[in-house]
Amino acid sequence: MDRFAHSAANLLVGNDVSAASLECTLFGPTLTVDSPCVIAITGADFEPRVNGIAVPMWTALALGEGDELGFGRRHELARAYIAVAGGIAGDRWLGSMSTNLMVGRGGMHGRQLQAGDTIATGEQWRPAVPGRELDASLLPHYGDRTLHAIPGPHIGRLAAPSREALFGSAFIVGIDSNRMGYRLDGATLDARGEELLSFGVVAGVVQLPSGGRPILLMADHQTAGGYPAIATVASASMPVAAQMAPGDELRFAETSIETALAMRASQRAALDSMS
Amino acid sequence: MPPRRSDPARPRPRVRVRVEPLGESAVLAELGTRLDTALNTRAIALAAALKKRRDVRQALAAHSSVTVQFNPEQVTHETIAAAIRRLATRRPPVEEPGRLHRIPVVYDGADLEMVCAQLQISPARLVELHCRPIYRAFLVGFVPGWAYLGPVPDELVLPRRAVPRTQVPAGAVAIAGQQTGIYPLASPGGWHLIGRTSVRLFLPDSDPPSLFRVGDRVKFFAAQA
Repeated sequence: MDRFAHSAANLLVGNDVSAASLECTLFGPTLTVDSPCVIAITGADFEPRVNGIAVPMWTALALGEGDELGFGRRHELARAYIAVAGGIAGDRWLGSMSTNLMVGRGGMHGRQLQAGDTIATGEQWRPAVPGRELDASLLPHYGDRTLHAIPGPHIGRLAAPSREALFGSAFIVGIDSNRMGYRLDGATLDARGEELLSFGVVAGVVQLPSGGRPILLMADHQTAGGYPAIATVASASMPVAAQMAPGDELRFAETSIETALAMRASQRAALDSMS
Repeated sequence: MPPRRSDPARPRPRVRVRVEPLGESAVLAELGTRLDTALNTRAIALAAALKKRRDVRQALAAHSSVTVQFNPEQVTHETIAAAIRRLATRRPPVEEPGRLHRIPVVYDGADLEMVCAQLQISPARLVELHCRPIYRAFLVGFVPGWAYLGPVPDELVLPRRAVPRTQVPAGAVAIAGQQTGIYPLASPGGWHLIGRTSVRLFLPDSDPPSLFRVGDRVKFFAAQA
């Protein structure tokens, strides 16, 4: 979900950004180290600790055999990422190691990790450097729950008050949200016009079903949909969106393509500084 | 509706393409707004041509549109839009006729009663209408194994649900607008459920992992529960 945190964790341990990492939602696991490795923990702060002693996030850490990695409580963000030098070895399906729970494929046999599982790592292709860190000033503005969004192909279907509400009012991530999409509670938006034929959609698209409750498409989004696409969240704001949990409040700020490209470039530069 | 063959002697159709941004790194190129085999084959050809560009990461042909994801570090929106307009004037190749699938359906969907009431037809009439055409698979997508089939007879056209369901059972047969389809997996869905089938559409160990492919033809028939 949070591509920035996932990529940063991988780069900190010398992996390619496409290596598999562990995504931990709302709480972290307890992991025992079978053989020495270098890891990095990024994203949400779940109070990571090694053998009970707090360890820094966004930093490459060397762990020895028998060390125990544990976590405490969650603060405000929703997802932490654990990368291991060499990458995590999982099942590949359709060219991806991501776990797809809907179809039960990819990752650890297409399912969530369970107590007792052993996680294997791949071959290291570059030596990992313990102590390597990412400066906090280079992180996305996770605390600012404003998602920059570019008006979508069907923004013209919104009546003026609804357009104002989309870009001016707060929405709450609904309880019925998941990795496919967030259903947003708040102002009911009013769209006019005929039914659309389905079209290909991308992560970040804000769909508007006729009931007026928008849906923000996330990482596991469907490939096509037929509800009006009223806005698309800038890719640089998607890590911020990915760190939200049901009940969190967000706002959309209307943004130009130029601004979205500039945000994207600076986020990219932060990651490039590590590779 | 069988696929319409493009006749080489026919003049090139006038092409009007609407290109709109889907964020800073994708565009939606709409060739038209009708459910039409000729538009669909043009969208498929346009997507295939765009995929050959190095700055294009993904091009997905839908019914009458193409969603293009590109690398904005390599190309601007304006350049992509110009390329789309240029490539869209090409005549699509003649399409091979797709395979014909006959799919048994038990017409006992959760929305059957509501759909019949809204359309003011009997359940028997709904079954007759839904089973009448040979549908075309316009797009395989949404979730793995799903195919958008159509067009359905005008008497069956209903808007999508105002609020999509968070969970639709696997095998549910549904209609919405001019289209019909089968939910291959338990998934969210905004279409009206009229029946169910036992045919498996999602084939995880096949490549592609779907029974239906774009251009395939599908005919439904009523089966006993």
